[in-house]
Amino acid sequence: MTDSQHGGTSSYTPRLVASWLIVGIPLAYGIFQTIRNIIPLFGG
Amino acid sequence: MALSFLDREHTIAEPGYSRWLIPPAALAIHLSIGQVYATSVYKLPLVQHFGASLTAIGVIFSLAIVMLGVAAAVMGTWVDRVGPRKAMFTAACFWAAGFLIGALGISTSQLWLLYIGYGVFGGIGLGIGYISPVSTLIKWFPDRPGLATGMAIMGFGGGALIASPLSRQLLSFYDSAYDPSVVGSVAGGAAVAKLFVTLGIVYFLVMMLGVFNVRVPAPGWSPPGFDASTVKTRSLVTTENVSAANAVKTPQFWLLWTVLFCNVTAGIGILEQASPMIQDFFRNGTSSTVAATAAAGFVGLLSIFNMTGRFVWSSTSDYIGRKPMYMVYLGVGIVLYALLATVGSSATALFVLLAAVIISFYGGGFATVPAYLRDIFGTFQVGAIHGRLLTAWSAAGVAGPLIINGFLDARGKPGELVAADYRPALFTMVGVLAVGFVANLLIKPVSERFHEHGHTDAFAEAGDDTTSRSSR
Repeated sequence: MTDSQHGGTSSYTPRLVASWLIVGIPLAYGIFQTIRNIIPLFGG
Repeated sequence: MALSFLDREHTIAEPGYSRWLIPPAALAIHLSIGQVYATSVYKLPLVQHFGASLTAIGVIFSLAIVMLGVAAAVMGTWVDRVGPRKAMFTAACFWAAGFLIGALGISTSQLWLLYIGYGVFGGIGLGIGYISPVSTLIKWFPDRPGLATGMAIMGFGGGALIASPLSRQLLSFYDSAYDPSVVGSVAGGAAVAKLFVTLGIVYFLVMMLGVFNVRVPAPGWSPPGFDASTVKTRSLVTTENVSAANAVKTPQFWLLWTVLFCNVTAGIGILEQASPMIQDFFRNGTSSTVAATAAAGFVGLLSIFNMTGRFVWSSTSDYIGRKPMYMVYLGVGIVLYALLATVGSSATALFVLLAAVIISFYGGGFATVPAYLRDIFGTFQVGAIHGRLLTAWSAAGVAGPLIINGFLDARGKPGELVAADYRPALFTMVGVLAVGFVANLLIKPVSERFHEHGHTDAFAEAGDDTTSRSSR
């Protein structure tokens, strides 16, 4: 039994986008805040 | 029934379910429980609020990590049997309850409630949450198990990146007298209690995303174009299965335990000491050429490499194999540690580069180990075996700081140490990594007498048991 035998995953696209955004946005926020703190290490 | 969504029939994926919904489900759990590495944000406020020592407050974190190891080891078989949905929900309840009980402890100035709440309840949530998505990811990504588990365990490294700045902002919101940008400014206990309530609610909701999205593939499912026979092209990759009870009787389990222990011990040595270490390496008399703010930035840089190493190196292991990957972590790690000890103080950029790669190997070691376990012991109870292996992490959490602090205490006082004072500790870590390197070389396929005949999937077989019992 494979995905392709059941019509693929296109019907899940909105849910996929929402799920990745819910975890991706906070992670991007954390990385951005951390990089801001790293700048003094390189004399910024 | 209100909790019927946790039932077995709702956990098995319907045909066509996208496997790419599983990594964000796993990330939702790991990003939440990764908060445990951001406890330093409210350490001083708690010291002041309770009038306690740093050690007494530090016990909260240590207790949580010990409970993580205990819960992962004890509950692993249960997690494999009931499936990821019920396990994630249980983890979310314990993790959120930990914060709420902790908040009650802070509000009523009862430190023991904080120990019980965040330390015990939170720690159990950590242990169950950490292992809950692992075997499911391996089932959904038989073609790329390293990539799949790397994505999830990357979240555990990334959790602190989110929780640290978020907690500072929330504390300044709840306590107008607190300014995180001012050195020496400390938030009040009431603000920390409100922060705990907020984090408990927010993390519970985020973890519910994982609960609602996670599914186990139907028996017999495989990704399009995947041929299981192509996986067994390397000598260490098995198509057989070993139970968790039998796995701990094999030399392979204890060799891998040693590998993880050595890799984590060496990495923790640097992580624990990162901020003072970079200042000590570039010290002129009583002052350092690296300012305190730059040292804090160095800690942040290591966090990013810790996180990305988990994803990048674990994904790489899908191509070069798990054993060669650990040869890189441990073998190249030996060279990097030796360079750090001998020429690390010659330039800040070189020191930062060496430490960053070392920490990326530390993170990579965590993320690659579930796929290594799958290769050696099969998928039957890989979650439970992973849980038992994580006791190596707990042991390394004690050994790593003991080694580095023991050597540094013998060399002088904090604030007076220089690069040469770190050499004995760093060369000891070279020895620790060498032990791990040899242990990895000794790993061979598991003897046939440990193989399970007719067992391939603990979750599916638990379902069969339920069905046969109810039909009797």
